[in-house]
Amino acid sequence: MLNFPIYLDHNATTPCDPRVVEAMIPYFTNNFGNAASRNHPFGWAAEEAVDYAREQVAKLIGAEPKEIIFTSGATEGDNLAIKGVFEMYASKGNHIITCNIEHKAVLDTCKHIEKEGGEVTYLKVKDNGLVDLSELEAAIRPTTILIAIMYANNEIGTVNPIREISAIARKHGVLVFSDAVQAVGKIPVDVNKDGIDLMAFTAHKMYGPKGVGALYVRRKNPRVKVTAQMDGGGHERGMRSGTLNVPGIVGFGKACEICLTEMEEETIRVSKLRDKLQTELMKIEESYLNGDKEHKLPHVTNISFKYVEGEGLLMGFNKNIALSSGSACTSASLEPSYVLKALGLGDDLAHSSLRFGLGRFTTEEQIDYTVEQVTNTVNKLREMSPLWEMYKEGIDMNSIEWAHH
Amino acid sequence: MSYSEKVIDHYQNPKNVGTLDKSKSNVGTGLVGAPECGDVMRLQIEVDEAGLIKDAKFKTFGCGSAIASSSLATEWLKGKSIDEAITIDNMDIVEELNLPPVKIHCSVLAEDAIKAAINDYRQKNGLEVLKFNESVVH
Repeated sequence: MLNFPIYLDHNATTPCDPRVVEAMIPYFTNNFGNAASRNHPFGWAAEEAVDYAREQVAKLIGAEPKEIIFTSGATEGDNLAIKGVFEMYASKGNHIITCNIEHKAVLDTCKHIEKEGGEVTYLKVKDNGLVDLSELEAAIRPTTILIAIMYANNEIGTVNPIREISAIARKHGVLVFSDAVQAVGKIPVDVNKDGIDLMAFTAHKMYGPKGVGALYVRRKNPRVKVTAQMDGGGHERGMRSGTLNVPGIVGFGKACEICLTEMEEETIRVSKLRDKLQTELMKIEESYLNGDKEHKLPHVTNISFKYVEGEGLLMGFNKNIALSSGSACTSASLEPSYVLKALGLGDDLAHSSLRFGLGRFTTEEQIDYTVEQVTNTVNKLREMSPLWEMYKEGIDMNSIEWAHH
Repeated sequence: MSYSEKVIDHYQNPKNVGTLDKSKSNVGTGLVGAPECGDVMRLQIEVDEAGLIKDAKFKTFGCGSAIASSSLATEWLKGKSIDEAITIDNMDIVEELNLPPVKIHCSVLAEDAIKAAINDYRQKNGLEVLKFNESVVH
């Protein structure tokens, strides 16, 4: 039996796993203590829970517990890492390298850095969405202090060659920061094998609660420090003040533990469903797969259905299927997705894209239903599309003088 | 953002989707918008000897509001004289469909499509091409 609506937007957020919620509940009521209260059992219980969660989180990414700084989420982690490194390493240089399909939390932080007198190189990704290694190396200057490259992209699910990137960075003595929100908990991430010095991730993308995340900050080879961006009681080794969100952190820890235990099996299951969805939808005439085919998260696919506009397409089934589109119409800006445009897609194809993000609770029945609904709606809207009619008549759409407005 | 019931109804049951023979002298065609902007509307009218619009058809590439705006426009056009048709204002469409501010451009596009179709008809029939003020919202 299908229950509606079907959720296929797991890149935006994920539901809390019931096991996570169960672990959290005592920390709202009985164990409500402040983890910084050192002088009574309430504080001790909270601190113990936080320490345990810190181990669970660290284990998932191959780190030491002391290298985990709890934050409110990945946006804070991105800000703390980039601004924190920029300030801490000011005497060494002021240049940061990032890429043009990073999340806004990274791009806007870099813009802020530029206003503060920093210099930022925004690498253009290749048409498959991956960073070009030779361009990256060529961009390194004597003043470069940080390379900030995302582990996996949130819109197209492509996974960057992080090990190769960090090897280049090491060679030049530059730190590596990665926004790994979409990757951690989904694919194996190991900060030591991957050579990452700082890494931001968040609980709500991996079946944990919203409002809690972590910044990994390397302690050995090299010992990395960031300047705190919030003044206060000096929590989290002085890097992030503020009373710890104990229930959130407990839930985050549990979420990490579950991801680690179930990752192998879950990857096989979910990638099979994703492949089925992708294969079936690519059978639709004039459909285009966005982003690299191979280096991709197991649960994501992004497809453009030419001559049909994304929001119009979503409207055909969004009462029953939750999805997102790269179309302008879904955002306030009226600009289509900058990520898809960066891949060299024309604006028209960017407007025609849908992002499918599968998850832990996605079933084959849901995928079959989605294939049917998307296919039917694409066909229905093409019958209504003047562009489809022109395409079928063999009219060159570039020969038409469009009234750009 | 949720859609008004009227937008949903036009989207699910669009009125007058189709193509008229644009080579006929009594058919006026307006094609407005651009694929890069995410909306293209083609609106066509067929005018009888008395100067009344006896048929109207549309095809639209765009969001639900753009589809609904053009579907509504074809309904309103049928039976009107071409002089009456020019008076259709985008704000009438906004009001009828309860379009939110970010979707007003869809109604502007529909108004532009009506005007373009009428001018195409006028040109084909040796009438003066009308000049319109630039629409305010784009």
